[in-house]
Amino acid sequence: MKKLINAADEVVRDALEGMALAHSDRVRVNLDPAYIVRADAPVQGKVGIVSGGGSGHEPMHGGFVGRGMLDAACPGEIFTSPTPDQMAEATKAVDGGAGVLHIVKNYTGDVMNFEMASDLARGEGSEVASVVINDDVAVEDSLYTAGRRGVGLTVIAEKICGAAAEERRSLDEVADICRRVNDQGRSMGMALTAPTTPASGQPSFELGGDEIEIGIGIHGEPGRYREAMRPAHDVVERLTTPVVEDLPFEAGDNVLAFVNGMGGTPLVELYVVYRDLHRFLEQRGINVTRNLIGSYITSLEMAGCSITLLRLDDELTRLWDAPADTIAYRVCG
Amino acid sequence: MSIDDAAVRDWMRAFASEVEAHRAELIRQDSAIGDGDHGANMDRGMKKAVQRLDGLGDGDIGATLKAMGMALVSSVGGAAGPLYGTFFMQMGAKAAGAGELDLAGWTEAVEAGVQGVQARGKAEPGDKTMLDALLPATDALRQAADDGADLGEALRRAATAAQEGMEATIPLVARKGRASYLGERSAGHQDPGATSSHLLLKAAADALGAQDS
Repeated sequence: MKKLINAADEVVRDALEGMALAHSDRVRVNLDPAYIVRADAPVQGKVGIVSGGGSGHEPMHGGFVGRGMLDAACPGEIFTSPTPDQMAEATKAVDGGAGVLHIVKNYTGDVMNFEMASDLARGEGSEVASVVINDDVAVEDSLYTAGRRGVGLTVIAEKICGAAAEERRSLDEVADICRRVNDQGRSMGMALTAPTTPASGQPSFELGGDEIEIGIGIHGEPGRYREAMRPAHDVVERLTTPVVEDLPFEAGDNVLAFVNGMGGTPLVELYVVYRDLHRFLEQRGINVTRNLIGSYITSLEMAGCSITLLRLDDELTRLWDAPADTIAYRVCG
Repeated sequence: MSIDDAAVRDWMRAFASEVEAHRAELIRQDSAIGDGDHGANMDRGMKKAVQRLDGLGDGDIGATLKAMGMALVSSVGGAAGPLYGTFFMQMGAKAAGAGELDLAGWTEAVEAGVQGVQARGKAEPGDKTMLDALLPATDALRQAADDGADLGEALRRAATAAQEGMEATIPLVARKGRASYLGERSAGHQDPGATSSHLLLKAAADALGAQDS
């Protein structure tokens, strides 16, 4: 294993200390328990937006703390959910009297820890609402699974809910908007290589030199199937067809198209993917009215991409366009 | 024939040692069907929990178990943190203020803990989870109490039942947690949560049962 680390069990803490040194103009970093909050938190009268999850997906979530997006982020160990005490303290730190929304990705650990955190925070007098994001169509959603995973749509939900909170919308309204984003968005990802966690030192799965895995999660969870390497436009078709058919997205829809890099894929390849995605959607009469291209929700050094589509209405478009000033995502305004 | 607070602490230390000794096995099992963090997370959490024992007042089993639960919840993360944390917190709530527990009291406390796990994780028997080790163990404890078995015998029967339950997870298809993403491909692997739960019951039999006999 070759990694730019000092010790496997100090990676998260060392990175948080780096963020604190780099971004003290925008955020405050608490190390024990670990959370990152806006430098001006709590903002009085504004709904606080809190998210969190395992580390290794940077810039999500800590990179999205700032005006117009998250009020706080709780980083867990690499690929491990954070704990309720972190979330409860972060909730308290951002509660400006209008309540706090937890945006939770649908993983068993994240959901349980956020549930316990909600109980703790409510016990201390905070009003808390939770919305679980589950946009990954690669996973069968049934009574017999933990349900669909939360992936790329989480980034978009954090941006849109952050904007709604800045407009001083109520907790119920911001939670409704978050649920609408979740209802109207779908994703699917693929891997060219596997990620290696510092703790294990081994790739989380074996993939042949000429193989790709379609339907991968962001923690090296298995995908739908493996096959031989193929041109980008074929990969785009394999990812986008299930995404489009699931909602379904239809001719005449306006969508936000998000091409996300998994950490080890260069931007030049993401633009190749975006070109082929744009063509794919255009051929079906789906209008790409907004886009996002870059590595925003990653899986350590895994190479690959995910595609997220969100059906836009006027309100979601306006909220997407609203100003944001975070470490890793900025919209001028 | 009873369990006091010192014995409960011995149980915690024995469980921590079992987890440390089986850390690599838990990681291997979890890598096969989950995300591979169970061994490292439980080892980190139990070490923190055992450290906390030193700063605790003596004598109250409920308070000790609650403190263990809180320590696990705040240090393990993942799904195991809330599940094991809830187990010890609910067990502690049932044993609140108790200086010692006989077999009946111990059985009630363990049952309360297992019910807490069930409520938190919403799993059913046969879903290939830690409950597949814990539920047979509580049944065995209850049966042993009804049979008039002594404490050591009851704890050994519970550990055996947990082991059988753990081994019985091998052919199951996972319906909860990350392993459920694998569907049919999760069959043929032992559930790491059931393995750590067996270690919990085994530690009880070794630390408490031996002391008793």
